[in-house]
Amino acid sequence: MISNTPVPDLPGKIVHDEVVAARAPWHHLVKKGETLRIVDLEGNQAVDFLIYAAADDAERYSAQDTIAAQGNVYLTTGTQLLSNEGRAMMTIGSTSVVRHDTIGGACSCESNTLRYGHHTKAQHACVDNFLLANADYGRTKRDMVSNINFFMNVPVEADGSLGIVDGISAPGLHVDLVADMDVVVVVSNCPQINNPCNGFNPTPVRMIVAAGQ
Amino acid sequence: MTDSSTTADPAGARAHARAMAGTRVEAMPTIPATAATDLPPGIASDDVVWDETIAAGGYAARLLKRGSRLRLSDVHGDGAVAMLVFNAERPVERLNVADTVKVQWNAYLGAGRLLLSDMGRVMMSVIEDDTKGHDAFCGASNMASNARKYGDGFNHGAHPNARDRFVIALAKYGMNRRDIHPCITWFKPVSIAADGAIELDVGPHRAGQHVTLRAEMDVIVVLANCPHVRDPRHDYAVTPVRANAWRGAITPENDPVRLATPEGLRAFENVEDYYRR
Repeated sequence: MISNTPVPDLPGKIVHDEVVAARAPWHHLVKKGETLRIVDLEGNQAVDFLIYAAADDAERYSAQDTIAAQGNVYLTTGTQLLSNEGRAMMTIGSTSVVRHDTIGGACSCESNTLRYGHHTKAQHACVDNFLLANADYGRTKRDMVSNINFFMNVPVEADGSLGIVDGISAPGLHVDLVADMDVVVVVSNCPQINNPCNGFNPTPVRMIVAAGQ
Repeated sequence: MTDSSTTADPAGARAHARAMAGTRVEAMPTIPATAATDLPPGIASDDVVWDETIAAGGYAARLLKRGSRLRLSDVHGDGAVAMLVFNAERPVERLNVADTVKVQWNAYLGAGRLLLSDMGRVMMSVIEDDTKGHDAFCGASNMASNARKYGDGFNHGAHPNARDRFVIALAKYGMNRRDIHPCITWFKPVSIAADGAIELDVGPHRAGQHVTLRAEMDVIVVLANCPHVRDPRHDYAVTPVRANAWRGAITPENDPVRLATPEGLRAFENVEDYYRR
């Protein structure tokens, strides 16, 4: 689905504008200098997100490199999203949500059985979306790594307790990602219904790509 | 070549090579492993399956059968062992660090914690730990990070990086850099402040501290002993680590680690289900 609503505060002309359905996978080539804006249309919708270098997809987003380099587990304005080779893949520009997660990983049919019980095994999950989207590029399960969860809230307490808790996003809030190299972004618009990451109600998100200056 | 060379012909070169046998250095395997000394109390020499001291900057990999115990000992107190774990039978199943912390509702590793795969199964459990903690967040050093800190990070140089150590170790098991997943680093405690900041207790810590793991499936463990990626020291600071493994029983149904949490119990039930054949 293509939306033609103008986006006056993004740099350059809009080269792509699409609404990703609730629960759906998505992938897109974002070229160096372009800005990808993700809009949380209805609020508190986790957007599970992986990045692969277009030139060599063995180079991909690394949550651990990103955390180690900035010395903080939360992603926010200015965070450089680093590859497993320590290179900047994308940089978070403006975001109207104070922080995003990269320690909680993606839901899977298998981890759902641990977290909620075996009755959830048949439910759709982010890893299935990632596997499907990556298959379009010939990538397989071995190409899966820890991901980003935009709009997802995972606090860590003093004793190490952590969990996916009620969100801090709201309808219309966004995050902008400026590509530092040509990248393929792979998304699962999270279908999880057993925790608060989607407010127990998966909803669509909008993906806008601006060409930059 | 001169007349005085002792290696000018095959016989001389062979004699020269053979004369090296029996040399002892700190970082080397014990072969046979049953000759290992300084074993944990109650462990019979005959049950030892692996004994190797991994150099500062070194690496090792090993297949361990279900039930095996693996003790990592921080011999001098400044080890930093980055570890990957694969299901030995089908290595496309591997450690998932995000699931490990999320499913257990806790960011910190220690006694009683499980290492979970990306298939909802327990791969290894931590059955003993006398350290100050470990790191599930910062991952492996790489060429770029070591070049920034030490001038270079080459495998052939003095400052190897953990990621490229993994590349070599994995190649010997038919895998490559696509198979390098987020890792755990033993012996370097990382905690997370209220604002999300990473706090590394770089040590050195107590010499001889150790952690003991139990394999809950047949696994390939891959170890790289390189300075922590956030180690603030300017020198390439890391000391050798001993890996010592012995045979042990498969986890019984009444095991306290197996029963500790409902999520962990299901991870054991899933691995037990996997082995029904």
